[in-house]
Amino acid sequence: MALFLLVFLPLFSSIIVGFFGKRVNISLVHIFSCSLIVIPFFIASYFLNRSLGGDFNIVLPLATWLSSGDLLVQWSLKLDMLSSVMLVVVTLVSSLVHIYSIGYMRHDPHQNRFFAYLSFFTFSMLILVTSNNFLQLFFGWEGVGLASYLLIGFWFKKKSANSAAIKAFIVNRVGDFGFLIGIAILFVSTKSLDFDVVFSMTKELSSSSISLFYWNFNTLDVACFFLFMGAMGKSAQLFLHTWLPDAMEGPTPVSALIHAATMVTAGVFLIARCSPLFEESENILSLITIVGASTAFFAATVGLVQNDIKRIVAYSTCSQLGYMFVALGSGAYQIAIFHLFTHAFFKALLFLGSGSVIHAVSDEQDIRKMGDLYRLIPFTWITMLIGTLALTGFPFMSGYFSKDGIIESAFVSHTSGHLYAFYLLIFSALLTSFYSWRLIFLTFHGKSKVSKDVLSKVHESPKVMMIPLMILSFCSIFSGYIFVDYFMSHDFEFLWKSAIYLSSDNHIIEEIHNVPLWVKYSPLVMMILGFVVSFLFYIVFPFAPGQVSKTFNPLYKFLLNKWYFDEAYEFIFVRNIKKFGKFLSLTGDKKVIDGLGPDGISFRVLAIAKQVGRLQTGYVYHYAFAMLFGLTIFLSYFFIKG
Amino acid sequence: MLDWNLLSIITFFPLLGALFILVIPQNDKEVSKRNSRSVALWTSLITFVISLILLFNFDSSSSSYQFLERVVIADGLMTYQMGVDGISILFIVLTTFLMPFCILASWESVKDRVESFMIAFLVLETLIIGTFCALDIVLFYLFFESVLIPMFIIIGVWGGERKVYSAFKFFLYTLLGSVLMLAAMIFIYTSTGSTDLIVISETLDLSNSSQYFLWLAFFCSFAVKLPMWPVHTWLPDAHVEAPTSGSVILAAILLKMGGYGFLRFSLPLFPEASHYFAPFVFALSVIAIIYTSLVAYVQEDIKKLIAYSSVAHMGFVTLGIFTFTAQGIEGAIYQMLSHGLISAALFICVGVIYDRLHTRKIADYGGLVSIMPNFAIFFMIFTMANVALPGTSGFIGEFLTVIAAFSVSKPVAIFAAIGVILSAMYGLSLYKNVVFGKITNETIELLGDLTIREKLILFPLAALIIFFGLFPAPILGVISVSSNSLVSFLDIPSISLTEAK
Repeated sequence: MALFLLVFLPLFSSIIVGFFGKRVNISLVHIFSCSLIVIPFFIASYFLNRSLGGDFNIVLPLATWLSSGDLLVQWSLKLDMLSSVMLVVVTLVSSLVHIYSIGYMRHDPHQNRFFAYLSFFTFSMLILVTSNNFLQLFFGWEGVGLASYLLIGFWFKKKSANSAAIKAFIVNRVGDFGFLIGIAILFVSTKSLDFDVVFSMTKELSSSSISLFYWNFNTLDVACFFLFMGAMGKSAQLFLHTWLPDAMEGPTPVSALIHAATMVTAGVFLIARCSPLFEESENILSLITIVGASTAFFAATVGLVQNDIKRIVAYSTCSQLGYMFVALGSGAYQIAIFHLFTHAFFKALLFLGSGSVIHAVSDEQDIRKMGDLYRLIPFTWITMLIGTLALTGFPFMSGYFSKDGIIESAFVSHTSGHLYAFYLLIFSALLTSFYSWRLIFLTFHGKSKVSKDVLSKVHESPKVMMIPLMILSFCSIFSGYIFVDYFMSHDFEFLWKSAIYLSSDNHIIEEIHNVPLWVKYSPLVMMILGFVVSFLFYIVFPFAPGQVSKTFNPLYKFLLNKWYFDEAYEFIFVRNIKKFGKFLSLTGDKKVIDGLGPDGISFRVLAIAKQVGRLQTGYVYHYAFAMLFGLTIFLSYFFIKG
Repeated sequence: MLDWNLLSIITFFPLLGALFILVIPQNDKEVSKRNSRSVALWTSLITFVISLILLFNFDSSSSSYQFLERVVIADGLMTYQMGVDGISILFIVLTTFLMPFCILASWESVKDRVESFMIAFLVLETLIIGTFCALDIVLFYLFFESVLIPMFIIIGVWGGERKVYSAFKFFLYTLLGSVLMLAAMIFIYTSTGSTDLIVISETLDLSNSSQYFLWLAFFCSFAVKLPMWPVHTWLPDAHVEAPTSGSVILAAILLKMGGYGFLRFSLPLFPEASHYFAPFVFALSVIAIIYTSLVAYVQEDIKKLIAYSSVAHMGFVTLGIFTFTAQGIEGAIYQMLSHGLISAALFICVGVIYDRLHTRKIADYGGLVSIMPNFAIFFMIFTMANVALPGTSGFIGEFLTVIAAFSVSKPVAIFAAIGVILSAMYGLSLYKNVVFGKITNETIELLGDLTIREKLILFPLAALIIFFGLFPAPILGVISVSSNSLVSFLDIPSISLTEAK
């Protein structure tokens, strides 16, 4: 019952606020929607407490969803260590973001809609993490996608916000396409979509093969590959990452909740949930490691030169998600979840802190137009400092434990490509430290570049925004220290057994405690190095960055333009799809099909009547007709062979 | 089971209403308009209630035809034989359910010749229900083909500017199909000596090659109706010219007669030919899904865009049917029913804004959300259902057909699943351009939000679309026994692939 309330209270809140929110006082909406998220948080904390007490695994069946032939899918809620951790992360960050939004969205005329969307998002996320089968997970998966789409485009008059919302949805759909195929493979091979049944057949999957387009593949590898494709879309991994920076067009609390703490980590959750499958698929684990490390590196390099405060944090998120994927690829699933857990707090803190900065300087987001703000908004400054320290892995802050754990597990892992990942992650740690401190220095220190009339209005945010920042600061400092043993100790059997599967030769948790000293200390050294370089660049020699960017201009441009991914996609896909669509519409439908069909016949009749006897179809259309006809024949043949 | 002739009652009750409108005295124009509207509405509502009675008395655990009626008209040449099974009954309910909405949707938008409009609609309803009930090939042919007549009239009289062109196009396409189907029916009659579908399906014994020819003849007719690529180009034109309620019926029900035809005739009568031609149908379906989605993406006319998206969605239907699996056929039927609700809702939405602005060009809209927030919510729900978001009925059908396709042919399923990406592209860009953005067209500022009548139409549709997305069991329960018996009938060992194991 408590579990049911935990999941469905936010939905209830969303419906009530969405439909009736306009008719009541807005503070009633605030109290209502916040309390219906805070109550689930307390329930979730209770469940986490139970889970920490020992192996905990319950499934609450609700109703039948889909039953057709041999397919049977139930609505049900699953609770184990993995989902308990996720529940706490989701409900805690969501509660704080709800409260923070009371202040941040104070002047917005559509607040009730905003809160309805936020609650709906929370509900979808809860459904996602408590699902007991692939289809319900997909339901939550698409639900959060919808909520993200609605919230990115919340300021619907902004053209850029609308485009960003659509981009997010469509790029995610590319991943979903893979996810859907993955689900289809699993269903066809195991005749079930329930996690337990599918996972129990891992052996059969890995010993069978599947033929796709005349090639034979290992079924398990293919299924994992497509599932990973889904995860790449949602978690903004390299090649499917382009939507995340643009998603910053949405209100800042949305970025904190959806695009930092929860939704983007759904891909990490998916792979951890499917650890019984991935653990037996070495090829895909290597792929995950390599993609994750490349993402971490790519996003960190781009983060170096961005000037929009939210985009820097967004690229940092993208980069940290890459770290999590490396942990997954290394077989250290709990450490990935641990980093997900700590990252949720410090990244939400950084986003909400940025929101507080933006709020203070009259909606300016360009850090080149800030500076010397620490005197004026000291409280925000302190929270941002805490977030930065946690992110860069300052000893005994939360990020220190989880991030170092990932780097160490990349070192000791046995998947191929793990050393590539290790070195890239070490280097990315340096970059992370550099861009994080760059953000702090340019925003809060140095010379003030704030214009005078803005300067006179700079103010600290109201209490309702500060309290969430305080709580997140607390979590960013202590969550690592308090929980490190639960995620990285030898108690694996006791805590995680029913949630995460490790193959018998995976001893990574023991092995990371015995890494060489230089491995242990290198992240720390990198962090200090990054800080020093950043300090020299932006405090001691403020003219240096300009010089460097001039000297290495091509590289600078390359990074500033985000490795030209957007331009390449625009050039390869967007434009050609439009062109191709136009071609099919005008030439395919109008000229060829209609021309040879109804119009052609009437033309012919007319022509014969006039004794002209000439057909003016032209060579192009004959050719196009032959092409379409040939395509049909070819595909038919192809599908026969199958 | 009820003894009285429920199917005949439900089929001909709308016709009775139409006759009643004919005899309404036409002294006062306004009064007679109002009367004919309410007669039509009440007739369609009562028909809906009767169809519910039919549904409640339907035994979904049996795969045989129920509520059978049989009257011999011309000995051997035609029997009046009616009956329903799990495949057809829900199409009848869908028809009777949507009819009142169509009449409500044209309550104010149709101003000329209201009486004739309502008569045409009620006659159309009779003919559609008859098509789904008929169990005699000649009777079926009569209903199936004469549906076109009131549809022609609706497009031709109350249609837009290029109505003659589109009616002509429609005519050319259907002519081809129906002539061939008629020839095939004559052939069947001469070889079995009966037109009774039940007798035929027991006695028909054909060589493979004649099966192939007959299959192709039926295929031509149904493929045009559905429509399948490449005989789809009549549909966008017909939609563009048709009045709102005409579009609703066209998209929501008339198209389904093609899919129904495959299930009722092509598969059970010509099983070997169906297997033989399945790869061909897959190819056409996959092309339809990708090709028409791309075409939809570049349309500038709202109705054309939705029409093309209908063709893409029907691609999933043919895909599902020709997998010959339980999920495939149930998914296909589900997809048809769900598309019936979704396309109806979308066309009604288009009608709502067309009535206000009198333009279908996407570029003329933009920024509606601030003026018509309620409309924006409904349109969002229907767009998402069209994009097949889980939780809406659109997802169930597409998901079932994709996994069914995957068990038969992996490339087919993968190509079809690309439709998932493409539908999001055209669906969301349409929504963005119409609803979001700044208001560029000044007249939009003067528009009012949904009226109570419009809300009354849209709310039940939205509720059903979501309900059947979350709990498809009530529908699948009715379909499953009949479709399973069709699947086991079609199960020819040589075809079923074992590779998946």
